[in-house]
Amino acid sequence: MSILINKNTKVICQGITGEQGTFHTRQMVAYGTKMVGGVTPGKGGTNVDGIPVFDTVGDAVKKTGANASVIYVPAGFAADAIMEAVDAGIELVVCITEGIPVIDMVKVRRFMEGKNSRLVGPNCPGVITPDECKIGIMPGHIHKAGRVGVVSRSGTLTYEAVDQLTRLGMGQSTCVGIGGDPVNGTNFIDVLELFQKDSGTDAIVMIGEIGGTAEEEAADFIRKNVKKPVVGYIAGATAPKGKRMGHAGAIISGGKGTAEEKFEAMQKAGIRITRSTAEIGKSMLEALKK
Amino acid sequence: MNIHEYQAKQILAKYGVSVPKGKIAFTPAEAEEASREFLAEAGSVCVVKAQIHAGGRGKAGGVKLAKSREEAGSIAKELLGKVLVTHQTGPAGKEVKKVYVEEGCQIARELYVGLVVDRSTQRVVMMASTEGGVEIEEVAAKTPEKILKEFIDPAVGLIPFQGRKLAFGLGIDKSLINKAVKFMTGLYNAFVASDASMAEINPLVVTKGGDIIALDAKMSFDDNALFRHKDIEEMRDLDEEDPKEVAAARFNLNYVTLDGNIGCMVNGAGLAMATMDMIKLSGGNPANFLDVGGGANKEQVTAAFKLITSDPNVKGVLVNIFGGIMRCDIIAEGIMAAAKDVGLKVPLVVRLQGTNVEQGRKLLAESGLNIITAENMDEAAEKAVKAAKSA
Repeated sequence: MSILINKNTKVICQGITGEQGTFHTRQMVAYGTKMVGGVTPGKGGTNVDGIPVFDTVGDAVKKTGANASVIYVPAGFAADAIMEAVDAGIELVVCITEGIPVIDMVKVRRFMEGKNSRLVGPNCPGVITPDECKIGIMPGHIHKAGRVGVVSRSGTLTYEAVDQLTRLGMGQSTCVGIGGDPVNGTNFIDVLELFQKDSGTDAIVMIGEIGGTAEEEAADFIRKNVKKPVVGYIAGATAPKGKRMGHAGAIISGGKGTAEEKFEAMQKAGIRITRSTAEIGKSMLEALKK
Repeated sequence: MNIHEYQAKQILAKYGVSVPKGKIAFTPAEAEEASREFLAEAGSVCVVKAQIHAGGRGKAGGVKLAKSREEAGSIAKELLGKVLVTHQTGPAGKEVKKVYVEEGCQIARELYVGLVVDRSTQRVVMMASTEGGVEIEEVAAKTPEKILKEFIDPAVGLIPFQGRKLAFGLGIDKSLINKAVKFMTGLYNAFVASDASMAEINPLVVTKGGDIIALDAKMSFDDNALFRHKDIEEMRDLDEEDPKEVAAARFNLNYVTLDGNIGCMVNGAGLAMATMDMIKLSGGNPANFLDVGGGANKEQVTAAFKLITSDPNVKGVLVNIFGGIMRCDIIAEGIMAAAKDVGLKVPLVVRLQGTNVEQGRKLLAESGLNIITAENMDEAAEKAVKAAKSA
């Protein structure tokens, strides 16, 4: 079992004819993802490695029965692309694009109210259910099928954690990168809820970072609702105040959103925290032994 | 991106927000000339305000009243070139390079209005408080009930009733409610139209004459949206920014200067923060945050190296790369080329992990460069701290 995606997920790529879109579509196909189509306005009727390209997401859904979409279009057009996918009834929209203006995302989230789509990202590595389906840019080979769920705001830091888990023999049910932007589609709580319900997930790794209060809210949710062991890590304990640390959302503003506050909230919620990035895997091993 | 008070007021004025009249001056003579218009009436005063990208200027002596042109000139002379230290500048302070000369006003009440994007509700929120002139963080910490909030639906914008709720909540006289709503509507429109990330009017002033004006104004903008606001991008004042951060931005590198002695180069923002934390855990201090991004090329790696090693505080460099789609052998080649190009004067610790890691490590080992290699993050951080201490 897994969450969000599995071997039956049918995926289209928005921006498939762009450099990133083509490259990652090939990587996803190589991993075994069912890539059923692509969308580039004006290039309908062509194909990429035999994968049909459509002018609109609506056409693509009608012709292929796709239920997921991955977006690689440039930041200035990404909000439009997300809303087109949502309008076409795509169940899962994964937006990889980094650098979307925040005000655009505020509008996107308003547009999504009352609709049935789930958005993951933007500014995220994507979602992977090892050996079944990879939607995103993560290196597939470091993953291993198993029973640990991973949810994270960061890209390469997630790879680091997954690599440790795999090396220690712990496979993953699903890994979800929720992205580093201040306004995103899926938050920690959404994913934690899915992992708690998933019979294929025994334990959860949660990786947060400075900025905002999503980790504190998630910790509170875990305390009340999550019965599975959780290992938690927060990046940015040494980050200075008022400085954006790469990710648009990673900033301590008005003294709020520090790593210390987040670690504290996690500890209070019974989460097994680790302050060393190198010990995320080891902490999970210990958590599972108990 | 941050801008100065006078620039924020220019933007706000375009959206119908009332601001005092003012002129920017780069010399005492310009300040003196600028004050002429504001001192025309008998008994009138003007204000000379230091323009730096930091709050707390008043308390630091950067805002002064002038009753005559001569006085305006002498205040400008005193302020220009002066280093102001406020709670937001850090101990080094910031040099004043221009002053804003503004008409004076008769203050009846000082209030606060601000806008930010609220992450939890994913909406723009307008905050208002009767505690004008005080830092809003302080108000939020001590008396959160004194902050009124209205969350704004992006589909309809600030609705007049929301403005009225805030204005009545602030105790604004009923004869001025419409002026207050117009002010708030203009402020919200300016915020959204210019892709601001923060707008703060502190204080918002109710004058004795019954006007509602922005006595101070602070705005910052979403860097990701600057591509559609060339006019705002032109307001950028590079004098106010860290030259290293400016240089890094030219190569699409995310760089932040810190005060330690171990330079870091990492791919990915989260991993870069984690690397800094690991250095601290190992008893050292990072000199910077540097994210070269997921698909860094040789030019970027070289630029990153130059940046890191140009910092005289740097006694060691730690490169931590998790090669995902990027192959480690290509990264190793980039590091080698950069190290040869720039020259290696301090110890370099490299930790590579991920795709083609064996080839990458082999290349580094055979490069003839004095590179200390590490397999894990903890090992890498420990080695970097040790190397920096003995360097």
